[in-house]
Amino acid sequence: MSMLVLDDIKTYYGNIQALKGISLTVEPGECVTLIGSNGAGKSTTLRSISGLTPPRTGSILFEGQEIARMAPQDIVSLGISQSPEGRRCFPRMTVAENLDMGAYLRRDTDVEQDRDRVYELFPRLEERSKQKAGTMSGGEQQMLAIGRALMAKPKLLLLDEPSMGIAPILVERIYETIAEINKQGTTILLVEQNANFALGVSHRAYVLETGKVALSDESAKLRENPDVQKAYLGA
Amino acid sequence: MEAASIPAARPKPLQVVQDWLSKYGLILVLLIMPVYYGIQDLSDEGDLSRLGGNIVDGLSNGSIWALVAIGYTLVYGIIELINFAHGEVFMIGSFTAAGFFGTIGLTAGMGVPGLVLGLLLTLIVCMLVSGTLNVMIERVAYRPLRNAPVLAPLITAVGFSFILQNVGLLWRGGSQEGIGDLINSQNALFTVFGVEITNGDLLAIGTTIPLVILMVTFITRSRLGKAMRATAQDPEAARLMGINVDTTISLTFLLGGMLAGAAGLIYALYQTTIWYAQGFTAGLIAFTAAVMGGIGNIKGAVLGGLIIGIIQQIADNRIGTEWTPAIVFAYLVLIMVFKPSGLLGEQTREAG
Repeated sequence: MSMLVLDDIKTYYGNIQALKGISLTVEPGECVTLIGSNGAGKSTTLRSISGLTPPRTGSILFEGQEIARMAPQDIVSLGISQSPEGRRCFPRMTVAENLDMGAYLRRDTDVEQDRDRVYELFPRLEERSKQKAGTMSGGEQQMLAIGRALMAKPKLLLLDEPSMGIAPILVERIYETIAEINKQGTTILLVEQNANFALGVSHRAYVLETGKVALSDESAKLRENPDVQKAYLGA
Repeated sequence: MEAASIPAARPKPLQVVQDWLSKYGLILVLLIMPVYYGIQDLSDEGDLSRLGGNIVDGLSNGSIWALVAIGYTLVYGIIELINFAHGEVFMIGSFTAAGFFGTIGLTAGMGVPGLVLGLLLTLIVCMLVSGTLNVMIERVAYRPLRNAPVLAPLITAVGFSFILQNVGLLWRGGSQEGIGDLINSQNALFTVFGVEITNGDLLAIGTTIPLVILMVTFITRSRLGKAMRATAQDPEAARLMGINVDTTISLTFLLGGMLAGAAGLIYALYQTTIWYAQGFTAGLIAFTAAVMGGIGNIKGAVLGGLIIGIIQQIADNRIGTEWTPAIVFAYLVLIMVFKPSGLLGEQTREAG
């Protein structure tokens, strides 16, 4: 059974239609990426899955359960967490407090262990654990946003533009970590404008254009596709 | 550009004075009145007991404003709305207290243990009534307008303020109503350096301090308190953490209302007169206190409340009650001009 199935979802902001019928699937253990230009509907797709802007029509099945009209907190408790666009760390909380917020709904006792795991993935966060998130660099905040999402112990991790506004050398580091997280067993749905990195780390990819899926294939094949190279890889 | 970025070898004296003024100027301005009258007292009477008395009375009154101001600041911090009905929630607290005294037959003649027990019971009832009322106001008048233009909930807030004033008018009539001086509030309990501490002072300060400490501890330490802070800093990110933002907002109104209820009881006991329009004045003063201290900041609200209480008392006692509002708001204007975000103001959400 697919872990996540989006079937023809249509999402609106007021009267403006952002998604014009998106269908896609994510299998357990996969890393799937959505690429496309600004306004193609990548972030809206993730927002629809998380319940922040629920789709007006269409269905979203997570492990066979319909979640399209659920409240965000119920979707988190099912095992979907998101590192949102623009990072959105809590600026006046410390790094450690931000990570605690990621585990807000958890009642189990493994939270400590997971914090250690996040610190292992991002040693910089441990060094800065007492620092207020708002005073950190963009790259550090991105690590924190990903770490915070991991603290929910998600089955499916949604990552929105982890490379946005970050120094190239850090982007490389962050992508190595994303690959590592996926290898350790977390399924990932990744949204990225930086198609080069995204296609490098993912197994499959969907190309979104103006609210629709224009193309989908294995990432390695998409990289060779001349249209994709021209439009998204700057070749 | 190149030349400008070279640091000056020695800062000009004028620059030093300017830096110093921008750092400590406000404190200086705030100290003008107490210092002036302190010197006057010393030369006229040889001690500071009159000024001390002013400050103690000011702190007692100010602690009432502080409790109400926290409600404004909490709500503003989380949904960026000025809850104009908050002053009326405070008024209903006073009215509940007056009503409940009658219900349980609390009178000044009772012994101290009975009185303390009765007052504690009244405190709990007032806090519950005002807290629940505040939650209900949010549910009815603000929540449906969560995504409406900002003016819409502002107007429903003003509307609710008038509705509650009318409730007060119907409940206990339109004139100032004296209620029994249950705690003999002007009775001097003990004297420190010539300054009388009265029963009323002890009640006001002794109730406010533990309540504020409890509130701050709850918000900084507890799980729900952290959810409140997270929602205040970024509501959408809070939802992605699994926080139920609606419940968190209700909780904020509950806490703010409870403090207003406690303030209502203290006010009734301390002033011994209540009336339906008391919430308007109190609300305005407390809102001013919240802005003065830096809206969104609990410590700022407390500080603002206490400062206004002291300014009011000194102005009442030394200059004349007809000048008091002008002096309070002159201070507000001064503080705002020098520090637009308030004394302890943090960056608000829209600013970053």
